[in-house]
Amino acid sequence: MTTTSLTQSRGAGRAGDKVFSGAALAAGCLILAVLFGVALFLVIQAIPALVASPDQIQGGEGFFAYIWPIVIGTLIAAVIALVIATPVAIGVALFISHFAPRGLASGLGYVIDLLAAIPSVVYGAWGAAFLAKEISPAYDWLANNMGWLPIFQGPASATGKTILTAGIVLSVMVLPIITSLSREIFLQTPKLHEEAALALGATRWEMIKMAVLPFGRPGIISAVMLGLGRALGETMAVALVLSSGALTASLIQSGNQTIAAEIALNFPEASGLKVSTLIAAGLVLFVITLGVNMIARWIISRHKEFSGAN
Amino acid sequence: MSKRIDVKDLNVYYGKFLAVEDVNINIEAKSVTAFIGPSGCGKSTFLRTLNRMHEVIPGARVEGEVLLDGDNLYGPGVDPVTVRSQIGMVFQRPNPFPTMSIRDNVLAGVKLNNQKMSKGEADALVERSLQGANLWNEVKDRLAKPGSGLSGGQQQRLCIARAIAVEPQVILMDEPCSALDPISTLAIEDLINDLKDQYTVVIVTHNMQQAARVSDRTAFFNIAGTGKPGKLIEVGDTHTIFSNPTQKATEDYVSGRFG
Repeated sequence: MTTTSLTQSRGAGRAGDKVFSGAALAAGCLILAVLFGVALFLVIQAIPALVASPDQIQGGEGFFAYIWPIVIGTLIAAVIALVIATPVAIGVALFISHFAPRGLASGLGYVIDLLAAIPSVVYGAWGAAFLAKEISPAYDWLANNMGWLPIFQGPASATGKTILTAGIVLSVMVLPIITSLSREIFLQTPKLHEEAALALGATRWEMIKMAVLPFGRPGIISAVMLGLGRALGETMAVALVLSSGALTASLIQSGNQTIAAEIALNFPEASGLKVSTLIAAGLVLFVITLGVNMIARWIISRHKEFSGAN
Repeated sequence: MSKRIDVKDLNVYYGKFLAVEDVNINIEAKSVTAFIGPSGCGKSTFLRTLNRMHEVIPGARVEGEVLLDGDNLYGPGVDPVTVRSQIGMVFQRPNPFPTMSIRDNVLAGVKLNNQKMSKGEADALVERSLQGANLWNEVKDRLAKPGSGLSGGQQQRLCIARAIAVEPQVILMDEPCSALDPISTLAIEDLINDLKDQYTVVIVTHNMQQAARVSDRTAFFNIAGTGKPGKLIEVGDTHTIFSNPTQKATEDYVSGRFG
């Protein structure tokens, strides 16, 4: 044994370490580069629309007047989708993780995952050809009975191709995302905490309120935000379902438009400044999604002390 | 405020597998009873049948009777939720709710009973329970902080405070010190000594010195071999079990000759 034996190391193992850390670093940098590239492309291409004189922009009143109705439309559709999908998804996830017998649970989980495998154009076709027609009597009822609420103001669309229908279709599309993520989180609830609640004399639902939901809260928020990302960016289904138009408060009349569908419907025939305008709209959507994700992270970090990670 | 437990002809099964066979034992009120025995002998499993916590494990079931002052825990129409609110449990690893503050952890069980409590009553209960668990002086200035920020021994005493806040008849402890250092262990043992003035305490432990220190009566469980059911070999005064047991297996175990 010489004193140098400590300084000698297994060459192959060290090389593997270096290759792996290099690959991981490259992957991390690649993500940043792609993100930066997309942002840069959007900004550069959008500048002409942002600096153009107002009368050259579609609608003739400038970019801001053009964009804000479809921003609101995008948010309305996404919010409808989340309001419908989140409670259902959490309920289904809890049923699978804590209530269903094991055989049924795995079958149901599989079916939910299948929902995510259906292409969005199929959802769009289903929404436009089937759901819109079937649901329009319900819109008539809403207009007649709840019409005093601005969001249900009549007359209801005869075709049913409204922002509410689009939101419902979106909710079905985001359901599997929120469900499967929430289910994974709920299944990871430490047995210790579940038993702590049960040993205090909690019923199953009380145990879920005490142990499962608080533990899963950051995960649920992340799942909802991923769902929101999908709902905000979904193009094909909205383009097919929604009979678009000017911004209207009523959810059961035709009208409203989302950014993604606006871009998809107009891009093929666009040229010149119109292309810039659409890309600027894409930039706005990018910023909205970024903002939503940052807010979600802030909400999660606010409760870090109580997250159970320590 | 404490009741005795009498177990008659209890068998515990996991599915078809008989895990614990034919246990008969009387657990006195306001005393500490320790369960000792080698790993896998069914003492923790048996402890869980005393407040029906074994039902959390799929396929687990029992035959026989567990009488709490004469009322069968497994009688028709008995709700396991009610059973557990009368017979509290402290686990091997400290498990305060990580999303709750120290104060809310103590009140967690009480809030389940839907009792509307004024803030003053709740404060008094928090103080009383934490003092009962010898933790008040250490945490009184940080009741709003998360329970997971405490040391392991403090967390375990918080769990004991949470258990006694609901004023149970019996407290079951499943190796409550096995994850703790010797100083924290001593704190818990002192606490167990105080608790028996008011509660019936049953403790499972791997540590024979601990059983000798804290318990009034000791029950020795053993297993004949892998795949065989665990059995209660002998139960008696702790002093008798450790100095003059009637069974050869007990003597071998407590003297360290096997295990």
